[in-house]
Amino acid sequence: MISLWLFAAICVAGGLGAALRFTVDAVITARVTVPFPIATTVINVTGSFVLGVLTGAAASAGLPSEWLLIGGGGLMGGYTTFSTASVETVRLVQRRRYLAAAANGTGMVVLAVGAAALGVLLGAAL
Amino acid sequence: MTRTPDSDDPLEDLPLDSDSDSDSPSAAPPSARPRLDGRSVLLVFAGGVVGTGIREGFALAFPAASGGFPTTIFVINVLGAFVLGALLEVLARSGPDDGGRRSMRLLLGTGLLGGFTTYSAFAVDTAVLLGDALPVALLYAGATLVVGLVSAFVGIVAAGAAHTRSRERSARP
Repeated sequence: MISLWLFAAICVAGGLGAALRFTVDAVITARVTVPFPIATTVINVTGSFVLGVLTGAAASAGLPSEWLLIGGGGLMGGYTTFSTASVETVRLVQRRRYLAAAANGTGMVVLAVGAAALGVLLGAAL
Repeated sequence: MTRTPDSDDPLEDLPLDSDSDSDSPSAAPPSARPRLDGRSVLLVFAGGVVGTGIREGFALAFPAASGGFPTTIFVINVLGAFVLGALLEVLARSGPDDGGRRSMRLLLGTGLLGGFTTYSAFAVDTAVLLGDALPVALLYAGATLVVGLVSAFVGIVAAGAAHTRSRERSARP
């Protein structure tokens, strides 16, 4: 059982992560004009990499579990999002952009899992 | 695909990137460009605090077994995809994305459901399972992707049908 303070810190970190996602999304969308929801992929791949580093560092006993909960489950959990990624892929299907939909759906999984695996290895080596 | 302001296709009016205010900033009027004002960021933050709290509450209460299928995060992500699809469809059908509707989208969609669901835990759990339990990793990745897409689609369609029904009811004398 974790303390109430730790749980509150996780929640606030999640709010900060969501605000960071909103900011990064707006910045990317304003600068990159491609008919493809690239911002969510960038967010989810970078967030998966950071959580991988934190997970690897915690497993190698270097990082306290409190920091994994706040920085991982909180900050990166709030920063990355699954629901938006799914809805955006469905929107591409509804517009009959099947290749873009397939690239968005499977491409994000492959890139994010690859970034996460790289992060875990790097984090464990820290 | 050309965008016409008076298009009959309701999809034409929906932003491709549901977290932004427009999917083509260069063609959009200044008012439709992504706005990074303090109030919007605060709405997303508040929703993110609550969404993360619900997710972490469940994740801590029902942790996945080592080498096992991460059921808790799977259910959270699939459920969140369904609700976000339904929410965005209802908001898009009820009028333009401004005022209270925009606030609801940022608080409940981008903030709460965005914070409730997570991609990083899904990706890291899959990466760890790839080394420990390959069949579970492939099942988890495939099931999350496919069931997440189906539930987002069902959410969109169900909300659209419910919205049409309620409009027909209210149109009757």
